[in-house]
Amino acid sequence: MNGFFAFVLRRALYGALVVLSVTAILFSILQMMPGDAIELLGGNRISKNRIEMMRVAWGLDKPPAIQYLYWLRNLATGNMGVSIMTSQDVAKMILGRLPYTLLLTFLALAVQYLAAIPLGLIAGVYRDSLFDRICVQSAVILRAIPSFWLGILLILLFSVKLRLFPVSGYSGLQSLVLPVLSIALPLIADTMRLTRSEVVETMAEKHVTTARAKGLRERLILLRHILRNSMVPVSVMFFLTLPWLIGGSVVVETVFSWPGMGRLLWRSVAQQDYPVIQGIIFVIAVLTVVCSTVGDIVLSLLDPRIKGAVKS
Amino acid sequence: MFKNPSFATGFAVIALVALGAALAGHATGYEFDAINMSEVLKSPSRANWLGTDQYGRDLFTRVLFGARIALRVGFIAVAIESLIGVTLGLISGYLGGYVERAILFVTDLTWAMPPVILAMAIVTVLGPSVNNVAVSIAVVSWAQFTRVVRAKTLSLKELPYIEAAESIGESGLSILVRYILPNVAPSIIVLATLSLPSAIMSTTALGFLGLGAQPPTPDWGVMLSEGISYIEDASWLSVFPGVAIVVLVVGFNFLGEGLRELIDPRIKL
Repeated sequence: MNGFFAFVLRRALYGALVVLSVTAILFSILQMMPGDAIELLGGNRISKNRIEMMRVAWGLDKPPAIQYLYWLRNLATGNMGVSIMTSQDVAKMILGRLPYTLLLTFLALAVQYLAAIPLGLIAGVYRDSLFDRICVQSAVILRAIPSFWLGILLILLFSVKLRLFPVSGYSGLQSLVLPVLSIALPLIADTMRLTRSEVVETMAEKHVTTARAKGLRERLILLRHILRNSMVPVSVMFFLTLPWLIGGSVVVETVFSWPGMGRLLWRSVAQQDYPVIQGIIFVIAVLTVVCSTVGDIVLSLLDPRIKGAVKS
Repeated sequence: MFKNPSFATGFAVIALVALGAALAGHATGYEFDAINMSEVLKSPSRANWLGTDQYGRDLFTRVLFGARIALRVGFIAVAIESLIGVTLGLISGYLGGYVERAILFVTDLTWAMPPVILAMAIVTVLGPSVNNVAVSIAVVSWAQFTRVVRAKTLSLKELPYIEAAESIGESGLSILVRYILPNVAPSIIVLATLSLPSAIMSTTALGFLGLGAQPPTPDWGVMLSEGISYIEDASWLSVFPGVAIVVLVVGFNFLGEGLRELIDPRIKL
């Protein structure tokens, strides 16, 4: 158990180092942006003097490294600065949007796995059946569909033609359906393929044959011997794809004018609102690294054989 | 090669798209930016197979020109990412030690961000344009090349003929280029083909967000984002550019799967 604790601690520290490096790099990249927010805000209407004053007030006159250290120091106290565009507190802006993004992401995850695992299991057990072939072929198409276009198609079908769901924005539960589907459907394809191939592999293993020879009921074999063993790679993928979902939601949020973090990022990028961009990127980097760290740890718990491989 | 069904399907689809892209202007008799205000938002017909957009431009022509952009960005992005990824993979696998650890740390950094978000940040700095999209996609997705090439190099460098080359005093660079790279090349080709679909999908996503090609460039993502405004009256604008994306991506997926089966079945993406 001690070894496990050390492993967790090492992974956590490494994760923190990765987050720090990513934010440092992105911070310096953003500093290279042509033209700064003040020029963008005031154009030529503000006097040179005033521009200089604003620069100093926002700390934009310091070199990037110093600005990064300032930012880190403030971050430690929960202060992410204020938006250049709206003068709102960045942490508050993000906190206000984050629940919407997480709601979307977790619902999409739920739909993805609740649909993909049974489909993959059935397709794997009845390999080469008609059902299996339909699943495999539709997965090929499904994973080639960009989520934003799927969103447009769903709007076209369900909002414009059938008038079943609202087109955009957030107005209660029904406005969740289309964005969740646009994120989840393309991901179902990959998860289903993985589940299917794991099931096929597990079914060929000796312990399954043994279980059959013992005369266990087929349903028991399916659940206890096949599904359980196939779930190790699938649950690892769960953690590894989580960040991809968050990334994907940026585009989908834009399609549906969803009041989440992704659309805030998109707007801030268009307006070159550095503090907001930095804040959001930090939050997403933390989420991503936490997910992959937890994924590694869960993997080592589920399958002790892999522990050595995880470390390298 | 053509006996492999995945490869054959993929090849046929890509060949067709490439032909369409090559003939774009000549095949349809329109230019992609030919504005015709008397033919605005016309539904698909004999004269305009896929209809016209809000400026009366022929949608079919624009979709074909869009294939040029998608193919160009895809190839540039994958060329850059394989160049970076392969170089770092060879170096880290061959040298090992601190160099390897440093390179692996950098690959971990690129995995610490969802690619679209990282690409958004980079393209913001470089400014929105087709080529900058290619660069930013390459910057966020070279790491998988490093992973595969490093693993291959690690196993190759233990082989007797590499040892022999070392013992007669060949330099590390020459061993990498003359003995290891040719052995890794087939896997690189498979990986590059498998990377094209995601590069193309990221391109259209960035275009859709307004961070890639700018109007009137007939980028599929740009066309879709313009089309949304007319979704009630001109649904074809929201449908056909997306169909084009799916066709091209499915084509490359098949091609890549086929090459994988033929060349190196163990490669995973």
